[in-house]
Amino acid sequence: MEFLLICATWIENAGRFLTLEDEFVRASVLGAVLLGLNCGALGSFLVVRRMSLVGDTLSHAVLPGIVGGYLWNQTKDPVAMLIGAIIAGVIGTMLMNAITSTTKIKSDAAQGIILTVFFAIGVCLISLLPPGNKGGVDRFLFGQLAAVSAQDISWLSKATAITGLSCLLGYRGLLVLSFDPVFGRLCGLPMRFLHYGLMLLTTLAIVVAMESVGVVLVSAMLVIPASAASLLTQRLHWLILMAGAFGVTAGLLGTFLSFVGDQPTGPMVVIAASGIFALAFGFSPRTGLVTGWWSAYKWNRQVEMENDLKSIYRHWEDQHGEESSDAQAHAFSPNEFVPLKKLRSLQSQGLVEVSELGGDRWKFTTRGLAAAQRVVRHHRLWELYLSRRASYPADHVHDDAEKIEHLMDDDQARRLAEQLGNPTCDPHGRPIP
Amino acid sequence: MECHDLTVTYDRKPVLYGIDCCIPAGSLVGVLGPNGAGKSTLLKAALGLIPVSGGYVEMFGQPQGKVSRRVGYVPQRESVDWDFPVTVMDVVLMGRYGRLGLFRRPRKADREIAERSLEKVQMLGYADRQIGQLSGGQQQRVFLARALAQECDLYLMDEPFAAVDAATERAVIGLLREMRESGKTVLVVHHDLITAPTYFDRLLLLNLRCVAYGLTSEVWTPENLHQTYGGQMTVLSELALQSVAKVH
Repeated sequence: MEFLLICATWIENAGRFLTLEDEFVRASVLGAVLLGLNCGALGSFLVVRRMSLVGDTLSHAVLPGIVGGYLWNQTKDPVAMLIGAIIAGVIGTMLMNAITSTTKIKSDAAQGIILTVFFAIGVCLISLLPPGNKGGVDRFLFGQLAAVSAQDISWLSKATAITGLSCLLGYRGLLVLSFDPVFGRLCGLPMRFLHYGLMLLTTLAIVVAMESVGVVLVSAMLVIPASAASLLTQRLHWLILMAGAFGVTAGLLGTFLSFVGDQPTGPMVVIAASGIFALAFGFSPRTGLVTGWWSAYKWNRQVEMENDLKSIYRHWEDQHGEESSDAQAHAFSPNEFVPLKKLRSLQSQGLVEVSELGGDRWKFTTRGLAAAQRVVRHHRLWELYLSRRASYPADHVHDDAEKIEHLMDDDQARRLAEQLGNPTCDPHGRPIP
Repeated sequence: MECHDLTVTYDRKPVLYGIDCCIPAGSLVGVLGPNGAGKSTLLKAALGLIPVSGGYVEMFGQPQGKVSRRVGYVPQRESVDWDFPVTVMDVVLMGRYGRLGLFRRPRKADREIAERSLEKVQMLGYADRQIGQLSGGQQQRVFLARALAQECDLYLMDEPFAAVDAATERAVIGLLREMRESGKTVLVVHHDLITAPTYFDRLLLLNLRCVAYGLTSEVWTPENLHQTYGGQMTVLSELALQSVAKVH
């Protein structure tokens, strides 16, 4: 009964969300779309430049700036907070660059230092806030996409527009910056300007996203959609577009789930993004886990089928010897090597059929015979190659040929036969079909 | 290209000391020396990629920064991330970006130049491949094609023959000679002592300082090689010494 009530609430909430009746639902949906687009696109550059942790570092580094802006103004004025955040972000980035360029310390350690120190300072500053005002800053820590104001939307849309314009106009410069900045510098392209511009845009994206998903989770929105996209494409412009689309999807889905289930928005958005990543991870055509399992399964089926055809062929060969040239006319019965079940499976693939002789007799179809002869031919050619050219003893060549027969293509087999002088017999004296 | 008393220090230790050389236009120069001799450092210092603590480099009679469009650099293959989501064609087109600037789109003429460059390194068939799918030698050739697409007058190449098979090496050296014939100057960091005297018209033997520089026939002597490689002479270098006899 109780469960039904919860379900009813969920359905009611979903209805309210989907009709976009309420002003704040509209605002949070718009906020989620803009945030996903902006963070997804900018995150692409971080991911391909192997700077993903920079997003995390920046999102923590801006905290003292935000609290500082609050303290300075003594109100929740977003402009003061934004300016503070950008100052802190720029100082953080510059310190990080100073550490990595003047010492042997690598960027991961530098990021670790900046991230923790700035975050610690931010947390200390929060304790200086007058009591009762901490709620505003808490919001920056954990996010509240459901309470996005019109002013936030205006900031979000400005930031997204700047990002979109920069990607469009400066695409080639950003591509060179990401791929080979040294080359860009030698070509006279303004690499330093582009790098700091990109960092500034990222800081801006983090600051405007912070009220929605919070400091801690904004870096996820930078990294996860772009990483998912990088599994699916090999071109940077597609990666940026896909990451933007994934960001938007995650934002919408997360807001929806958070509204329906009455859950905090930031975590729900990140969970939605990770769902997209999981799909890409599983089903990417090149590297997907499930795709890999599927092709391994298909490959195993193929090998099994070829092995069955081969054993039927060899069994038939043993019985009839060399004098019979028309194998198709000769029927065979199910035996211990190829039981009826396997024959039926081969039948369904159109490789064998029931013989007109009757009495549980079977025969190859034309296609089945060609396939069987092909495998046997590959097997015996390879055996011959190993024993003649690689001087393997004749009794050691079988196991290797068992594997190669499935991998060799027709062109390779033809060339191999040519090299061996188009032989007719394998090392064991059996004919090569 | 001229180096005048070029000195580079790293952590206050000199890694290149008082390099003086004058490379005339239209020559193919090999830079040789043991590991850590400062070969790559010389190229990077000449290009202004690392700070110079003394001396200066001039190209076409001007400091490098003023003629950057006339100078091409082929870095070592390891300098970039080959998993990066770009195709071979994208990378070669980058060679045109210096001329195009930040905002102009590559035109048809730029694409044709990029295609011709790929054809010269026999990689046109791979134009649409993602760069990570290439072998080491093919990646090296993509870098070479990108440099060709820059249409420079002076090229500095850091080990373009590393990880390259024999057939590719022949094709590349043919290409370098062709570039020299058309009046371009090419400076190549090389580490194979057997082929060095046959590849280059001039050699720069380097070991922190310039041991010898000049025409190959003058520089390629047992004394100079001993001085360059010192105690580090290996079987290969001994073989190279035998080849000295052939040169003379």
